Amino acid sequence: MDTELIFQLAGISIVITVIYTVLKQAGRDEFAFSTLLLGIVVVLAMVIPKIADLFETVRSVFRIY
Amino acid sequence: MEIIRIVGLGLIATVLVVIIKQQRPELAIQLSILVGAIIFTMMLGKINSVISFLQEMARQSNISLLYMETILKIIGVAYIAEFGAQICRDAGEGAIASKVEFAAKVIVIVLAIPVIAAVFDYLLKLLP
Repeated sequence: MDTELIFQLAGISIVITVIYTVLKQAGRDEFAFSTLLLGIVVVLAMVIPKIADLFETVRSVFRIY
Repeated sequence: MEIIRIVGLGLIATVLVVIIKQQRPELAIQLSILVGAIIFTMMLGKINSVISFLQEMARQSNISLLYMETILKIIGVAYIAEFGAQICRDAGEGAIASKVEFAAKVIVIVLAIPVIAAVFDYLLKLLP
């Protein structure tokens, strides 16, 4: 069971928010946006295996082939 | 007690999602997807044992396995569709959620065709 993934994800989100705010305050809007995009991609890369895992388990439990 | 663990997980995740949602809604959605997937995966082991029990009962009472497997497939399709549709609706995309549910209904009808055909056959046999 990987509940630590939830905290990892929340931490990443908060750090990205802070970086985004700092860069935006410094006037680097394009860097701020790229940071946000990078964060979303990283988080998505962590979430997608979990979803694939879930679907695979549902398929095996309910015998959908 | 598993339920205490799950409720605690849900509460903590809710607090985190609410904190993040004010700043970055797109990351909060992903967090809620992850929490849903984890809780669902935790429960699937128990669902598996219930289903094995049901199949055992079906085999003992000589119910055709075709019907049992059809019902299981329909339940599985409904679970997955509900999971996806709820997340879409959570993110404010009600239209996409309705389409997902619509697709699930069509797939369920397609899966149920053999059973409907069997019922229809019996009816035709009963009628003179």
